[in-house]
Amino acid sequence: MTKIEVTVDGDVYTDDVEPRMLLVHYLREKIGKVGTVVGCDTSNCGACTVHLDGTSVKSCNVLAVQADGHEVTTVEGLAVGGELHPVQKAFHECHALQCGYCTPGMIMQSIDLLNDNPSPSEDEIRNGLEGNLCRCTGYHNIVKAVQQAAGASSSEPIAAGSSAGGAA
Amino acid sequence: MTVTEDRAETAPKAEVGQARRRKEDQRLITGRTKWTDNIQLPGMLHLAMVRSPFAHARITNIDVEAAKASPNVVSVLTGADVADEQGGLPNAWPITPDQVTPNHPSIAVDRVTFAGEIVAVVVARSAAAARDAVELVDVDYEELPAALDLKEAAEDKVLAHPDLGTNKSALWVFDSETAGSGSGVDAAIEAARDGGIVIEREYRQQRLIPAFMEPRSCVVDPTGDQIVVWTATQIPHILRFLMAAVLGYPESKIRVIAPDVGGGFGGKLQTTPEEWITFMAARRLGKPCKYTESRSESLIAAHHGRDQWQKLTLSAEKDGTVTGLKVELLADLGSYVALMGGGVPVLGAFMYNSIYKFPAYQFNCQTVLTNKTWTDAYRGAGRPEATFAIERIMDELAAEVGVDPMAIREQNWITHEEFPFTSVAGLEYDSGNYEAATEKAKKMFGYDALRAEQEQRRASEDPVQLGIGISTFTEMCGLAPSRILGALDYGAGGWEHASVRMLPTGKVEVLTGSSAHGQGHETAWSQIVADRLGVPFEDVEVLHGDTQIAHKGMDTYGSRSLVVGGEAVIKAADKVIEKAKVIAAHLLEASVDDLEFSGGRFGVKGTDQGLAMAEIALATFAAHNLPDGVEASLDSDATFDPVSFSYPHGTHLCAVEIDTETGAVAMRKYVAVDDIGTIVNPLIVEGQVHGGLVQGIAQALWEEAVHDDAGTLVSASFVDYLVPTAADTISFDTAHTTSPSTTNTLGTKGVGEAGCIASTPAVVNAVVDAIRHFGVNDVQMPCTPARVYKAIHQQDQGGETPTPGGAAPHFDEADVADRSAGATDGAAAQAGDHQ
Repeated sequence: MTKIEVTVDGDVYTDDVEPRMLLVHYLREKIGKVGTVVGCDTSNCGACTVHLDGTSVKSCNVLAVQADGHEVTTVEGLAVGGELHPVQKAFHECHALQCGYCTPGMIMQSIDLLNDNPSPSEDEIRNGLEGNLCRCTGYHNIVKAVQQAAGASSSEPIAAGSSAGGAA
Repeated sequence: MTVTEDRAETAPKAEVGQARRRKEDQRLITGRTKWTDNIQLPGMLHLAMVRSPFAHARITNIDVEAAKASPNVVSVLTGADVADEQGGLPNAWPITPDQVTPNHPSIAVDRVTFAGEIVAVVVARSAAAARDAVELVDVDYEELPAALDLKEAAEDKVLAHPDLGTNKSALWVFDSETAGSGSGVDAAIEAARDGGIVIEREYRQQRLIPAFMEPRSCVVDPTGDQIVVWTATQIPHILRFLMAAVLGYPESKIRVIAPDVGGGFGGKLQTTPEEWITFMAARRLGKPCKYTESRSESLIAAHHGRDQWQKLTLSAEKDGTVTGLKVELLADLGSYVALMGGGVPVLGAFMYNSIYKFPAYQFNCQTVLTNKTWTDAYRGAGRPEATFAIERIMDELAAEVGVDPMAIREQNWITHEEFPFTSVAGLEYDSGNYEAATEKAKKMFGYDALRAEQEQRRASEDPVQLGIGISTFTEMCGLAPSRILGALDYGAGGWEHASVRMLPTGKVEVLTGSSAHGQGHETAWSQIVADRLGVPFEDVEVLHGDTQIAHKGMDTYGSRSLVVGGEAVIKAADKVIEKAKVIAAHLLEASVDDLEFSGGRFGVKGTDQGLAMAEIALATFAAHNLPDGVEASLDSDATFDPVSFSYPHGTHLCAVEIDTETGAVAMRKYVAVDDIGTIVNPLIVEGQVHGGLVQGIAQALWEEAVHDDAGTLVSASFVDYLVPTAADTISFDTAHTTSPSTTNTLGTKGVGEAGCIASTPAVVNAVVDAIRHFGVNDVQMPCTPARVYKAIHQQDQGGETPTPGGAAPHFDEADVADRSAGATDGAAAQAGDHQ
């Protein structure tokens, strides 16, 4: 067992974990952050995407011990004071989710994409989300949601992702 | 009269038809979700499965001692341990009385029949401990020859189940002459051979995997009076019934909950070995048990879809007027007959004739057992296969006649004046307008301009060729009239149930038996009920997916929820109104006949007197002043059994660009005009269409479950099973025409499967259209660059300038030769070479 201290969605957690424990299992099984989910074994689907120090990672591809001393933001930490993140709002407005299983990862990756490139083209959005699989939406409305969030952030002072990155 | 009109003008806008944002989203976008795998219960144990690496083998010994001794392992179960209690997993649809149906144990006892079958189960205090111990279970196998190739299996060369003596499970036949719905097909074909047109083709429906995003998970808690089962399923009600029936446990003591379920697409329309095993383990050990599969387990052992060879013979007059269609199918069941099993291809039986006026039709389907993962429903289930085949062969007919493929369709389709139309398969299509959908689609697509560009590119021998694909599809959905299901020997009915409960505060609870997993029932049902009862959208709460709450239902599949389940909701709401009317009349001291209900208010005609539904709900709750003999409840139930299937249709047009030098296919434009009758929520409809399109396109271009020569699934992860990404796909142009259904109240038709049914042939037709001038008339799915390249270059022996060995020194010579021939696997040899 290894002792780790991780900040998740603004709260500090101290735990003993097996060195082999994946970050996604730590989030789900140790601290109850079940909003982040597992969709594959091969880091293809991106359902488990979270932010580590403000940058998206697939939490099935990070060991919990690697998060020691770092800050993790999950989909559960995005809404601040009950106010949805602009990307969450855009996903709702554009019907960018159906079953919702890929949604946490898709939202976290979209925020990261917009942090890197606040005004992406459709191609840039599609390539930026290539590591996240969705089986329901055909991606059409996810692309629209990211476009809408980009538009919203360019007209508002609060940039998409700033509140998520705020933990970092 | 005037009063009513005034009220109508001030009444709130109808909810039905509005693009309401979904009620479901709030929890899903904030991570407050209730997936089965989230559940943690006190003392809960975790299961992990030991699975066979062989497609067909005898189990000679299982040594579980090391696994049992592993830390935190509580128990290890083998098939022998549970042989007396596990029964067999059910097949609900024996398609013929003499169907050959192998027993389907949840844990194999003495023989495994596909690579991935469960042979032992480890139960431990953590999921990690259980998986660690799986590695310690030592199973000895004696390998047996495996029946893997569908055509060879149909010849009984190697038996998937030697004790059964054959791989042939059932032969199901529909003949329009016998049924009295048309003439004899053989005579039509013979007649056409003399001066008419006969087209014979064989198409391959490759094996697909539903690949829902949420891996299946099941939790069983045996610690209360009732056993509670949480499971990622589309069918909580059917599961409860079958668990009770098969495992010999009182149905009233089983509660099944489908919490948030992460997609299904037919893949969770199943009763699974894993559910049975979790149930048995929990009962034996007296503790809550959980099993969650890995993605590889999901791809290997959750059921697959499609996997058919389709032989078609179409006869026509010289001018292209169709005279007959004969279909001969081989359908791979895999190693067991699954829940729907052979019923899946049979669902296609009535759809090969599609929108065309064939006077003669015959459908023959031979289901075949092999040593592969069992197949069952996958989005569309039988109907995508049918639509693919007919839409492909109509293009071939157009090529033979030498006309535009749209012209051959217009020549043969049912015109809008001809509805209702009884098809040669004996179904009555209630409404439709193929001309209108096609006109709209062609306009949106810029059909004529793209045809002109195609001509120009052909003339200039552009290395990038343009192809245009058409799919003028219809389908039957809204499963299903119970009497028809009975006639087809299906083991249950096709009705749906709903309850509407009026709460004293005027809020409304709607219980629906159709259990959603992404389709947006909570939103759409709220819109319907808001209009019906005249209550605010926000005041309606939709409850589902728990057999103790929505106690009765037939669940969600076959695009049935709205057209069957939604109609049950309407009927229940109407009963509430009828009950409330009696109480309103009493309270208003008026005759029932003098009341009119509008905008949620019972008014006395010709006066301004009236009571709102909420006021009556409160008065009913108080029950201080009810008419004599009237019960103190407005709550109402309804069970709706559809009188007919639902027949959505549409025209889909696809343009692809093919790089003839590489075989790469790039989608340029996709237009979908769907006629699904009245639309309750256009936003949800668009989402269903988009998702369906991509699943259908994925069959055409990318996805295939590939097995090696030993029967091992080699596409058993998302590295190799090519679920498309955002980068693979394009944005779509969608629109609608509206021919309301005449068989339900709102005029709705199903939409859940339409996109998936329509898009596959549109794409393959576009691919073939782009390269038909190279002498190509088919490319087998998925249309990989290698297959497209080979099809283009089949006549010039692998391209004008084969890649010289020196140009690719890092490949060995054999590899280079193989690449320049365009071959990737044995199946690729089929491309363009199927007659």
